[in-house]
Amino acid sequence: MTAKASADIARAFHKLRVQARKEWQALKDSPKPQIFVGTATCGRAAGALEVRDTFRKLLAEGDIDAILTEVGCMGYCYAEPLVVIAKPGRPPIGYGYVTPGVAERLVKDFLLADDPCLEFALGAMEENELIPSILDQPRFKYETRVLLHHCGSIDPENLNHYIANGGYEALTKALGLSPQQIVEEISRSGLRGRGGAGFPTGRKWQICLAAPETPKYVIGNADEGDPGAFMDRAILESTPHSVLEGMAIAGYVIGAERGYLYVRAEYPLAVARAETAIRQAREAGLLGENILGSGFSFDIEVFCGSGAFVCGEETALISSMEGRPGMPHHRPPFPATRGLWSKPTLINNVKTLALVPHILRRSAQWHASLGTPASPGTAVFALAGKVVNTGLVEVPMGTTLRQLIFEVGGGIAKGKRFKAVQIGGPSGGCLPEGCLDLPIDFDRLSQSGAMMGSGGMVVLDEDDCMVEVARYFLDFTQRESCGKCTPCRLGTKQMLAILEDITRGRGTLADLALLKELAEVVRAASLCGLGKTAPNPVLTTLRYFEDEYIAHVTEGRCPALMCHDLIAYYILPERCERSCDACVGSCAVEAISPNRKRIKVIDQAKCVKCGTCLQSCPPQYSAVVRVSPPSLVPAER
Amino acid sequence: MVRLTIDGKEVQARQGEKVLWAALDNGIYIPHLCAIRGAEEPHAGCRLCFVEIEGRDGLVTACTEPAVGGMVVHTSTERVKRIVATVFELLLASHPVDCAHCLRSGGCELQRLARFLGIKLKSRRFRQLVREFPIDDSHPAILLDPNKCILCHRCIWTCRQRGIGALGYINRGFERRIGTFGDMPLAEVGCEGCEACAQVCPVGALAAKR
Repeated sequence: MTAKASADIARAFHKLRVQARKEWQALKDSPKPQIFVGTATCGRAAGALEVRDTFRKLLAEGDIDAILTEVGCMGYCYAEPLVVIAKPGRPPIGYGYVTPGVAERLVKDFLLADDPCLEFALGAMEENELIPSILDQPRFKYETRVLLHHCGSIDPENLNHYIANGGYEALTKALGLSPQQIVEEISRSGLRGRGGAGFPTGRKWQICLAAPETPKYVIGNADEGDPGAFMDRAILESTPHSVLEGMAIAGYVIGAERGYLYVRAEYPLAVARAETAIRQAREAGLLGENILGSGFSFDIEVFCGSGAFVCGEETALISSMEGRPGMPHHRPPFPATRGLWSKPTLINNVKTLALVPHILRRSAQWHASLGTPASPGTAVFALAGKVVNTGLVEVPMGTTLRQLIFEVGGGIAKGKRFKAVQIGGPSGGCLPEGCLDLPIDFDRLSQSGAMMGSGGMVVLDEDDCMVEVARYFLDFTQRESCGKCTPCRLGTKQMLAILEDITRGRGTLADLALLKELAEVVRAASLCGLGKTAPNPVLTTLRYFEDEYIAHVTEGRCPALMCHDLIAYYILPERCERSCDACVGSCAVEAISPNRKRIKVIDQAKCVKCGTCLQSCPPQYSAVVRVSPPSLVPAER
Repeated sequence: MVRLTIDGKEVQARQGEKVLWAALDNGIYIPHLCAIRGAEEPHAGCRLCFVEIEGRDGLVTACTEPAVGGMVVHTSTERVKRIVATVFELLLASHPVDCAHCLRSGGCELQRLARFLGIKLKSRRFRQLVREFPIDDSHPAILLDPNKCILCHRCIWTCRQRGIGALGYINRGFERRIGTFGDMPLAEVGCEGCEACAQVCPVGALAAKR
């Protein structure tokens, strides 16, 4: 590329950026109060749209001059709906658990009067002298937000917000470099695929760049199917342009003119926001013909997946795009040499693609300096389960599980004891307390039997039965197996049947041995990643929690008191209050009645173990308990 | 042509020919159910043709592995036997072993494989998890019993190869079965009754009524 052409591209982009910065600065400097409502799916599920509409209505009715902006996911999913209000003269303040009623108070007391309603506040969004800042929370000591940096702070449907914050600078820079230079930069950064397997991104790009056939394609994989994982969704809903920019750079590198963003149809908002972003980028000349006058043309289309978990696997994904059933096929050939329509196809997870602009804009060295030498950069986790602060977090690789769960996540909810953490979704594993000091990176997690996976992290406490957890995840993979290969289709079904028997007290020690053997065969013999990793939850729970399995099969006892068939409800006579009938009324099947001394007794033959009596027994008595095995319930005298 | 060694026997194969065909052409049997010679890409679904290749860590499927000069292949090491036996027993545990009433009995590839592997047809190691799909008796020439099917893909490939495409897949996971578009009766989806599917079916899932 000539110096003149390069300068022309820079000039074309400069024009866009001046405009964008003007708009962004005007928003920042505005004398009007500003309200930001997080309306990603996580917020919407908690009622963010009602909150937004309440603000709109009140602002219109009271003729209040304030700016209402919708932003994406801020990461504090436990406190949704989230609102940030920035009033001139005050630091921006974040509010959690906002309801339409709270919104009304915020308008009346804060916008109209000057009471910031600190009773609803999570904290100020920046350090200041007046109000405690949320940045003082332990999670911010550990969090390094790269991918999530713009999530929740910019309007995902406004291209200018993205450009004003450094967006599309990397693409502009890339257009002035040779594809080989970019591949080298990505390789130097040490970036590894964020879809789960951690394949070196630079190497994949190099293979695809070297593939002689044309045309080539780029696919952004957002077919996020793990239960409890929502990183890809949050990124597409909160900063869709970062994914598009990464895809355009990838297209330029490998010499593709078309890109497809594969998003599951269950993510309607992510699809809508991605489509809006594509349209805006086209209008601004950042996608489409002759991008920024560089001569490079690249366009992106959204492809909606139909919700098969297996379609996250790259060959199955490509099959489904070609109109065939979403079934994986044998690799090699890898998609990088023979993918969509049998042409070289670069397929990366959207998180990987969204990291590329950051690396090009800042430098490979910067990225390589984050995290650990073998797994540089940050990892985004969807923290879920029995942890206090559920939500999206981004920490440098090498952070320990303990730091992530107890510092960033705030520990275990309701004062319970930590038992295990399930990492990597249904393909991942359950790690016990002894693994808490394990630094999180691709290789360490694999060695421990779990895997990075896409980044789902479910925290389990003492009330969770590990056999049941294994059964739950296997039930999922078994249903989602495409059915093409024998071990995955039938092996997981056999394993599930064994686990079901164990949770029902019908398992034997021989079953445990068979389970282990099957798990190893399914792992070794399956065709694709789904089958190869499906046994992981079983293998890790067998490895770390074998005593629980043994208690189930030899004593008919569920140590966590979770497996329905292995527990019974019992009312402790010495704690039951004669004058109280709370449980009697609450029992839907009339299994509870008072005896001669007016002590309540459960008729075990009638009891359906719904647990309502335990809930209804007043806390000062706490007379209802669960016991396992059910034979512990003494016979009625 | 390349030279490779399979089970101690030196054999010749075309460059790029899959190990499975190289072995079969030289009289060395490797269990397989889904492989089709001439298919554009291997189906690699039955997972029975595992072999061990010196210098490689895990087992590989012979139907997907191109023969390379100097390659040393072992088809019946303990590791191979253990995995293949388990995979085959999984098929048997979900196959209604009712040979006395099956049109295919005698020519059934499951019976032949069981003999080769030394495994009883009525395996006791796993739970019997048979499927209960309706049998399609609508067609005058072909009987379709999806419960016997082991999903080898051969009928679907053959039917498409003939430009008919009456057969395809329905459902996922354990519920996966062969069927027709919209799950219509076989008689109503343009099946011409050529019986090619019944000829390639390794079991009695598709059988010619004559």
